[in-house]
Amino acid sequence: MPAFTQEEILAGLAELVTEETGLPAADVQPGKSFVDDLDIDSLSMMTIVVNAQDKFNVEIPDEAVTELKTVSDAVAYITKAQSDAAAVGQA
Amino acid sequence: MASLTASKGAEHARILSVAAHRPERVVMNDELVEAIDSSDTWIRERSGIISRRFAAPDETVIDLSAPAALQAIERAGLTPADIDTILVATITHELQTPSAASILAHRIDADRAVTMDLNTACAGFAYGISLASDMIRGGSARNVLVVGAETMSKIIDPTDRGTAFIFGDGAGAAVIGPSSTPAIGPTIWGSDAGQWEAIRSNSSWSDFRDGAAWPTLRMAGPKVFRWAIWEMSPVAQKAVDAAGIEIGDLAAFIPHQANMRIIDQMAKQLRLPEHVAIARDIAESGNTSAASIPMAMARMLDEGQVASGGLALLIGFGAGLSYAAQVVELP
Repeated sequence: MPAFTQEEILAGLAELVTEETGLPAADVQPGKSFVDDLDIDSLSMMTIVVNAQDKFNVEIPDEAVTELKTVSDAVAYITKAQSDAAAVGQA
Repeated sequence: MASLTASKGAEHARILSVAAHRPERVVMNDELVEAIDSSDTWIRERSGIISRRFAAPDETVIDLSAPAALQAIERAGLTPADIDTILVATITHELQTPSAASILAHRIDADRAVTMDLNTACAGFAYGISLASDMIRGGSARNVLVVGAETMSKIIDPTDRGTAFIFGDGAGAAVIGPSSTPAIGPTIWGSDAGQWEAIRSNSSWSDFRDGAAWPTLRMAGPKVFRWAIWEMSPVAQKAVDAAGIEIGDLAAFIPHQANMRIIDQMAKQLRLPEHVAIARDIAESGNTSAASIPMAMARMLDEGQVASGGLALLIGFGAGLSYAAQVVELP
């Protein structure tokens, strides 16, 4: 499965955020904090994360979720998880 | 050598009746918010809870169980003398021994009954249904009283943002008896014990004796939320499949009332059609652990949200982490 580009990951995440919260996709910018700027609580974060796992074919364990403070944290995590998976031939 | 005689039970089992009892004191969100630096709006958005009931300081799980039990027995057209087995699902009975079921048996004049408590938290009632059904079909019981009863208010830290607003007190009781037709589907149950720390008391009695604070319930909210929706929805589907029906055959979905957002997401994961009534008692009861399913069932029937004889999908899940699901015909 070909890897997603950073732009595709950002766009995909924005779609998932809109689906869960109704926020416009344009609000989902790299520097934004999920909690403070986008007002997304920890339960909605879990829903977005589980859907992101399916969408981007990566694993995001519970412990990792608490470290994803901003949109760019999430994009970076998914990008790295993708390349880690590819490195062990899972992608 | 002599050979043993095996017991033989009824062909099938069914839920004959259900009833609930709620303590008098209504606690609105506003009463709890100061201690957790929160708001009514936040609690409603986070959990769907508007209010819950708290037991009086001296009101025990037995005090809550007895009225529900007696009403369920009456609704089943029976008397306490007809009850041969009492299972009480609870995590808030306050004596190490004897069981809440023993004390309840004496309270309702069913002194000869087989009595035992089930400590399986929010899965407790569904575990009780499964055991009752098997006991009746196996021949070790005939009329089983299954109770879910909790005084969660006594084990919650009012300053803990994760739990203070979630839990409430109450009891639900059902009488399970023999049936000529199947009315309780196979139970899909088990545990994910590797996650046992996700919902737990924060100290033991020995810790408390040695100076720790009163033990209270702690929960890793988002972790449990994730498990409940994405691990438990497939369990619910398996219970439907095992019962030999389709999701569309259901009249009601009665999940443990953990959090309104979990209920909504599970309904979505299961692709529940519009006509399936969904239990939402949590809005006025909070999360009552083992009591939540029978309380929600009684309310739906009493308020006419669903008709007697309809098929209901029950699923309990919580501390253990343990779970149980089955399809039942509503009394």
